[in-house]
Amino acid sequence: MRIVGRMIVAVTLALWTLTWGAVPGGAQEPYKIGAIFSITGPGSSLGIPERDTALMLEAEVNAKGGVKGPDGKLHPVKLVIYDDASDETKAVLTAKKLIDEDRVTAIVGTTLSGTSLAILDTVQKAEVPLVSCAAAIKIVEPAAERKWIFKTPQSDQLIVGVLVDHLKARGLTRVAWLNVDYAFGQLGWIEFEKAAQKAGLTIVANEKFGQKDVDMTPQLTRVKAASPQATVIWSIPPSASIATKNYADLGVAGPLFQSHGVGNKRYVELAGPASNGVLFPAGKLLVAEQLADTDPQKPVLLAYARDFEAKYGPRNTFGGHAWDAIQLVLRAMEKAGPDRAKVRSAIEGTRNFVGITGVFDFSVTDHNGLDRRAVTMTQIVEGQWRQAK
Amino acid sequence: MSFEAQLAQYLASGLVVGGVYALIGLGFVIVYRVTRIINFAQGEFVMLGALLMVTGRHLGLPTAAAFVLAVAVVAVVGALLERVGVHPIRRAEATAALIVTIGASIAIRGTALAVWGTDPYALDAFSPGPPLRVLGASVVRQGFWVLAVAALVFAGLWVFFTRTYAGSAVTACAVNPRGARLMGIRVERMWLLAFALSGGLGAAAGAVIAPITYATYDMGLMLGLKGFVAAVLGGLVSPVGAIAGGFLLGLLESLSAGLLSSGYKDAVAFVVLILLLLAQVAGWTPWRVAEET
Repeated sequence: MRIVGRMIVAVTLALWTLTWGAVPGGAQEPYKIGAIFSITGPGSSLGIPERDTALMLEAEVNAKGGVKGPDGKLHPVKLVIYDDASDETKAVLTAKKLIDEDRVTAIVGTTLSGTSLAILDTVQKAEVPLVSCAAAIKIVEPAAERKWIFKTPQSDQLIVGVLVDHLKARGLTRVAWLNVDYAFGQLGWIEFEKAAQKAGLTIVANEKFGQKDVDMTPQLTRVKAASPQATVIWSIPPSASIATKNYADLGVAGPLFQSHGVGNKRYVELAGPASNGVLFPAGKLLVAEQLADTDPQKPVLLAYARDFEAKYGPRNTFGGHAWDAIQLVLRAMEKAGPDRAKVRSAIEGTRNFVGITGVFDFSVTDHNGLDRRAVTMTQIVEGQWRQAK
Repeated sequence: MSFEAQLAQYLASGLVVGGVYALIGLGFVIVYRVTRIINFAQGEFVMLGALLMVTGRHLGLPTAAAFVLAVAVVAVVGALLERVGVHPIRRAEATAALIVTIGASIAIRGTALAVWGTDPYALDAFSPGPPLRVLGASVVRQGFWVLAVAALVFAGLWVFFTRTYAGSAVTACAVNPRGARLMGIRVERMWLLAFALSGGLGAAAGAVIAPITYATYDMGLMLGLKGFVAAVLGGLVSPVGAIAGGFLLGLLESLSAGLLSSGYKDAVAFVVLILLLLAQVAGWTPWRVAEET
């Protein structure tokens, strides 16, 4: 009987140490961050590197013991990642789940403009900070009405501005435009039309195509008939790649420009030799090695590219958007702990944060925090990215 | 670019895309004629064909071998769908089988997602080289392959249905299942054959368009829908009608995108579909949708 009694004591003690005993000396309460990426569906070529980057960062931070909160203690970071399947409805559902069930402090994502716009209301009403990885400027503007919303990718406005200046500087004033007919392409068109008008460019053709269309030859035939000096296609792979091939097959004259939506190796692989010479405005990550040594971003970019490529294959700008978004939240939590309102204020107060996409300076009126230094014209030469002059 | 050259370009694009729609539409018709089931997994057969073709080529098989393998494997998948999903409920209403095919399409898509992931795959054209010029239009070489495969399949099916015993048996089941059974034709075998045939047809379409459109796990839904529209345009029971419907849809899409506005491309195609259906209901056309035979 004495043996049984001892065993009961031992088991109780063991259980006690396993559960309650862990708290005083061991790990602190984890910091929970939610993430919504388009891991499947048409946006997956963007969403998958974002997820990979998120997992890489989580492991990296936790290997160091976690984030040091305002209480001076290390808190492990727990990322709750969901897939919205590139679908607006699913994005809203997962956002609700992150807010109500997982009770995360902040949300990172979504991948696409459409899904980000879809979850704005939900997130604002619940008063949870959101750092989007999508392009459209409408996500964060007007900032007064988007109190809880931030985003890390360069806005379409910024990107289009750099592109239009480039076109004008080269004297390419008769421009044809094609875009994919969902949020990314349509918002790109709105910005392009505005910027082109201001710069005095003539838009000689304006065509749309579907995200799942198998052939854009008819639209490009109209473009060819309008004999532009340059053509701009605003889409993401695979439709961007199909359009590039159709463009080459038709033999449309003049240089072809694409959006920052083609900043991954997949685009080059799918379009093949047709992608040779294509120019697009994008972040500096793709051409990190070619940057001047004085560029403040260069060391950050090289380190991220090295870590990412060691684990997941060729770098792309989309993973960088997720890196920036998560780093912003982590930095804010260092100052503010797991308090949603304080984290929001801390993100808004972030100045001079050297990220992958650019150097961020957030303010009450600017929830994107980037300027033109975050964009460079990039050219595809024999399948490689080159910084264009 | 002259207007004639533009027109030639629209027609060329429309014919190539139309050939694909026709192949997919034929799959719908062959199953529907014999079984009165609309097989919503037809688009997934196309997707499987495309991805298997890519995998075959990556494993180093020559184009012809990869093509035949893709078609054979998907024909087996079609047969399996009939045996496992449709056969057990063959006496239930056709709507039950329709639900089964929708379920099967989701299952096939999910399996493809697990096997191939979400990335699109590129595939080299069957014969390399720059596009060819036809009447001022430039047509990619793979476009000719699409039309060639479509023509071969149409010819093969015609011979099969009109010149072979098995083909006549399938037609007999389509025309009068009870009569066919009384004549000693095993109707259930014909169901199996119809599903296998439609699987092979879908795979052929997928394999031949993969170099143009790339192959992804979620390409089947849209292509299946377009093929279905082609089949309905042609009256749903007539193979010749499905072929005509496919080319009509492809040309409509291409011409409306080119001559009207690319923003309304899909709208134009579907408006024409609705108008044709209304015309049929009103009895203004010489053929009828899903005519009871």
